[in-house]
Amino acid sequence: MNITRETVVNSAVLALLVLVPVVAQLRGDPFTITLATKVAIFALAGVGLNLALGFGGLISFGHAAFFGIGGYVTGILASHAANYEPLFDGAFTVNGTQQMLLIWPIAIVVAGLFAVVIGALSLRTSGVFFIMLTLAFSQMIYYFAVSWPSYGGEDGLSFYTRNQFPELNMFDPLNYFWVCFTLLILAVGLSAMITRSRFGLALGGARQNPQRMASIGIRPFWLSLTIFVISAMMTALAGSLYADLNRFVSPAMLNWHMSGEIMVFVILGGNRRLLGPVAGAGLYILAEHLLGQFSDYWQFFLGLVLLAVVLFAPGGVIGILTRRRGDV
Amino acid sequence: MSEVILEIHNLHKAFGALQATQDVSLTLRQGEIHALIGPNGAGKSTLIKQIAGEIRPDSGSIVFAGQRVETWDAAARARAGLARSFQISSVMPDYTVLQNVVLAVQGAQGRSFGFFRPALSDRHLTDPAQAHIAHAGLEGREGVTAAALSHGERRKLEIAMALALQPRAFLLDEPMAGMGPEGARQLTPILSELRTSAPILLVEHDMDAVFALADRISVLVYGRIIATGSVAEIRANPEVRASYLGEEA
Repeated sequence: MNITRETVVNSAVLALLVLVPVVAQLRGDPFTITLATKVAIFALAGVGLNLALGFGGLISFGHAAFFGIGGYVTGILASHAANYEPLFDGAFTVNGTQQMLLIWPIAIVVAGLFAVVIGALSLRTSGVFFIMLTLAFSQMIYYFAVSWPSYGGEDGLSFYTRNQFPELNMFDPLNYFWVCFTLLILAVGLSAMITRSRFGLALGGARQNPQRMASIGIRPFWLSLTIFVISAMMTALAGSLYADLNRFVSPAMLNWHMSGEIMVFVILGGNRRLLGPVAGAGLYILAEHLLGQFSDYWQFFLGLVLLAVVLFAPGGVIGILTRRRGDV
Repeated sequence: MSEVILEIHNLHKAFGALQATQDVSLTLRQGEIHALIGPNGAGKSTLIKQIAGEIRPDSGSIVFAGQRVETWDAAARARAGLARSFQISSVMPDYTVLQNVVLAVQGAQGRSFGFFRPALSDRHLTDPAQAHIAHAGLEGREGVTAAALSHGERRKLEIAMALALQPRAFLLDEPMAGMGPEGARQLTPILSELRTSAPILLVEHDMDAVFALADRISVLVYGRIIATGSVAEIRANPEVRASYLGEEA
């Protein structure tokens, strides 16, 4: 296997993401470990969106819905378990749970079901209408959460203890980082596998020239719907981890600001680059904490950077770093 | 008479008051090139789109390989073996020649939902793709992205993709458009040989090519077929000369 420049840059990005919390642990600095965990989680959300946005060419402005659904599933299951209140009590009883290994698949499946419905309806359109429909669906879910008193409504829902993982103490920030980081790596590996597969080849074709696909016997709708659902599931897993990081979920996770943020991770780091969202999320968090110290308006400066990236470096940060001399 | 693979009966299509296709009937037989000619706006592309399944006719029937297909969508007709090329080159610009053709092979196999194995190291895909690339005269250009191909090469890539469907009939919409006389001369023998793979319904403006290639010609004027016949018959037909070949004859 030949080592490309992108492989080198990707390894460096991952090495950095691992190095920061390990050094922070040695220096007894749990706050920085939490920051790195946040980067890993946001990166996972971005890796999910990158599948739809980058590889599928589906500009979803509603991925906060899946991020938030992942979060709410986690919060609801955990708070029921903590209060010993069954979720459903009738002919049979369904209890909450604090086991991450149970919460994750439930969060993924619930978000996947939402994605099937949202995707099937939104994919009847394309372009601006697709963007607006995904936005509209996610805002519907947002307003539903705001006005749903059972789980905190506008104030959100706290659950006081972090959920559990077999044989690992999840209260140790570094342990939790490793869990999030491992899931991120698995998601990146899955993305790499999907994009190289037959499905990925067809998906890329549908992105470049959907009309042409029918004439070689492939219906783009099913490709798009499939990747939209896979993408939503990954973002939902990130939402679940994020809820656990904060031990709190609120409608803010569902808001369109969140959709925009996940989109920024992808575009800043490099649309359609495997590790673009990781670099993007890292830079975003870094900017939030470095620029944030100097100015409350740090997002204004980040906006300028984003503008420059979109205009001059459509491949994002990874694109800049892997650019060879002589390339345009 | 050899076997009929494609049979169109009394096809009608109107866009508002415009009768784009009026009572069109035609057949495509095994082993032939049937050329469809006519002035601009005669409805040639509209007819091709109806046969390919991109637009629905208002009435009439299309029988392909013994099956009524007028209610099928384009993807289903493609998979049944109706391969089409486009008037304006339509390939996947960011993909290499090989990727484009592998994609078409995969479409023909009807297996695009594999998630695990890398497509480009699957010999069930790459072996046939290589053969079609060679057949279309693009050997040695496998690694070039489609966007970087010359116009003529892109037309050849379209033919390789059409071949990949292992079609039972080709619909070629102006394959020589924009190729210039030299390009057209290069493509003529490739098309001529293509009819041994499957019969061709050919829409083409280049009259030299049509007269060199076609076994039969149909002339479409204002959505209506005014004549069908051999090259000699069409050249001699007074109505055709008046309405279409007029200025050349």
